[in-house]
Amino acid sequence: MRLLISIAITILRAKLKQSVVAAVGVMFSITMFVTLLGFMNGLNDLLDGLILNRTPHIRLYNELKASPEQPVARAWREKHDAADTTVHHFIRSVKPKSELQKLRNALGIMRTLEKDPRVLDVTPRLVAQVFFNVGTTDLNAQISGIEVEQEVRYYMFADYLVEGEARDLATGNNAVVLGKGLADMMAANIGDVVQVTTAVGDRALLRVTGIFQSGIADYDKVQCYASIRTVQELLGRPGSYLTDINVKLKDIGQAPAMARELAQRFDVDALDIETANAQFETGTQVRNIISYAVGVVLLVVSGFGIYNILNMLIYEKLDSIAILKATGFSGGDVRRIFLALSMVIGAVGAVGGLLFGFIMQHIIDNIPFVTQALPTVSTFPIDYDPKYYLIAVTFALLTTWVAGWFPARKAAEVDPVEIIRGK
Amino acid sequence: MSNTNALEVVKVNKSFHDPVTVPVLKDVSLEVRRGEFVSVTGKSGCGKSTLLYILSTMDTDYTGEVLIDGEATAGADKGRLARIRNEKIGFVFQFHYLLPEFSVLRNVMLPGLKLGRKSAAEVEADAMDRLRQLDMADQALKMANQLSGGQKQRVAIARALINDPLIIMGDEPTGNLDKKNSEIVFSIFEHIATEHKRSLLIVTHDVDFAARTHRNIEMEDGRVLR
Repeated sequence: MRLLISIAITILRAKLKQSVVAAVGVMFSITMFVTLLGFMNGLNDLLDGLILNRTPHIRLYNELKASPEQPVARAWREKHDAADTTVHHFIRSVKPKSELQKLRNALGIMRTLEKDPRVLDVTPRLVAQVFFNVGTTDLNAQISGIEVEQEVRYYMFADYLVEGEARDLATGNNAVVLGKGLADMMAANIGDVVQVTTAVGDRALLRVTGIFQSGIADYDKVQCYASIRTVQELLGRPGSYLTDINVKLKDIGQAPAMARELAQRFDVDALDIETANAQFETGTQVRNIISYAVGVVLLVVSGFGIYNILNMLIYEKLDSIAILKATGFSGGDVRRIFLALSMVIGAVGAVGGLLFGFIMQHIIDNIPFVTQALPTVSTFPIDYDPKYYLIAVTFALLTTWVAGWFPARKAAEVDPVEIIRGK
Repeated sequence: MSNTNALEVVKVNKSFHDPVTVPVLKDVSLEVRRGEFVSVTGKSGCGKSTLLYILSTMDTDYTGEVLIDGEATAGADKGRLARIRNEKIGFVFQFHYLLPEFSVLRNVMLPGLKLGRKSAAEVEADAMDRLRQLDMADQALKMANQLSGGQKQRVAIARALINDPLIIMGDEPTGNLDKKNSEIVFSIFEHIATEHKRSLLIVTHDVDFAARTHRNIEMEDGRVLR
């Protein structure tokens, strides 16, 4: 076999120009394949991260809604036959209470969840509506009380802080982090004190320790964060008052099933990430399909290039094939020579392609990409996953093998007598 | 050495079928002993080249028996036939048929490397030895396409000798050469037959050449005359 490969390489070197053209074809397609997939997946990860990093896998909360059954109806049903339609009550005055937003027995739920082996992290939140008083106007805003350390660790909170430190929010009393839009409207900077009014009219002063930018402008105009303790004091509620429990799972795939289970078990509303962000999953899949399709098409095209060049080479080398056969090389040997020839082109092209692909990825990775929507990135994102290199090489060798197979088989079937006598 | 003939042909028939069936070889029988220098002559179209390619095992479309070193080749699989060609037959053609991509030395070495009986270094030493015998040692590292016609034919003979074949077959080996080079080739062949005890079967239409060989087989219309 080594002899056959050395013959193949000698023939390649004699036809250097054609061989290089074929190898460059493979190289180009591999380069594009690797670059495209790295770039596409970099973008995918970025966009997914934008949502997924900040979104709990399951969110437990109480929806603010009217009781589905008025008490008078329930009382009637318990005493009489439910199917009796001859009577009709017209009392529909029971309205939702704000107290309903509170998760009942929140600490108990958290303790139970923390023991669950499927759960990675349980983080409580307390969300409330407030007004910021700026001069004579009041700005409507939503304040979220958070456990800062857990939010930094599991929800990338620190990544979105454009000014200030997350630490200051955790340690400082009456500290608040404002959304960029909100801070701009109030002309507030770090260290400033802002006045806030709760929905029931209580007033308090909060000190700005940071400014965050999520990339979604509308959200940044109304959102601000404080520690849970601060919000509880602001609302005058006890330490057990929580409105949301955010759960991160070890396996995101379990989220929908587990959300249903938790909703039933704790009698709360549960929203899982797949339901909440179904369109992201679809978008990622479509982008993946497109980039793989383009990559594979490129490789197939380069495969046709190799096929053509090999066919031509075999025509030019009919004499050599005949002489090899006459001196004792079998049809199988000749086929292996031309197959090896094709594989050498494929391998050289693949190695070059990986190298250039890596260089291209680096170049793209260094192109500045500054946008308001994505505060955490400064250059185009690239996924350097070696998986794509591996797929590219596998596909390249596969296509060159197939492209080489047919011409090689033809070469194996050359009848030396015909060639030698034909002269 | 054993007593089997280097080559034995028993009642070989062959026809071309395109477009109509035309018989080209009719009941051809002959044998070549070890160390015998045999020439085959005849008018063009008499089937002498066709016979040679059947004997060379490259053409398998015939009926009858061909025995090389006592081994029947009719019906043997292609891999085995390639092996026989590699091991027991050396070829010299009218047109040199060297591989133009390879050096002279490498051209001579290839059948030896394919046989795989010796290491690459030993094959190279053998190849240099053959080239020296043919006075071509100083050209060993040139590319094959840099040589003159006579030189190429000598390299082709060196290649035919690399595996110490039982029989050397030639299809008009001097047909493309001038008088002087033909003479050189003839004396090399004679030397191989007498000194090295190899058999030679040379198809030629050069009457002078044929007359000087040990035995001349004359063919006409697909039959052996004598």
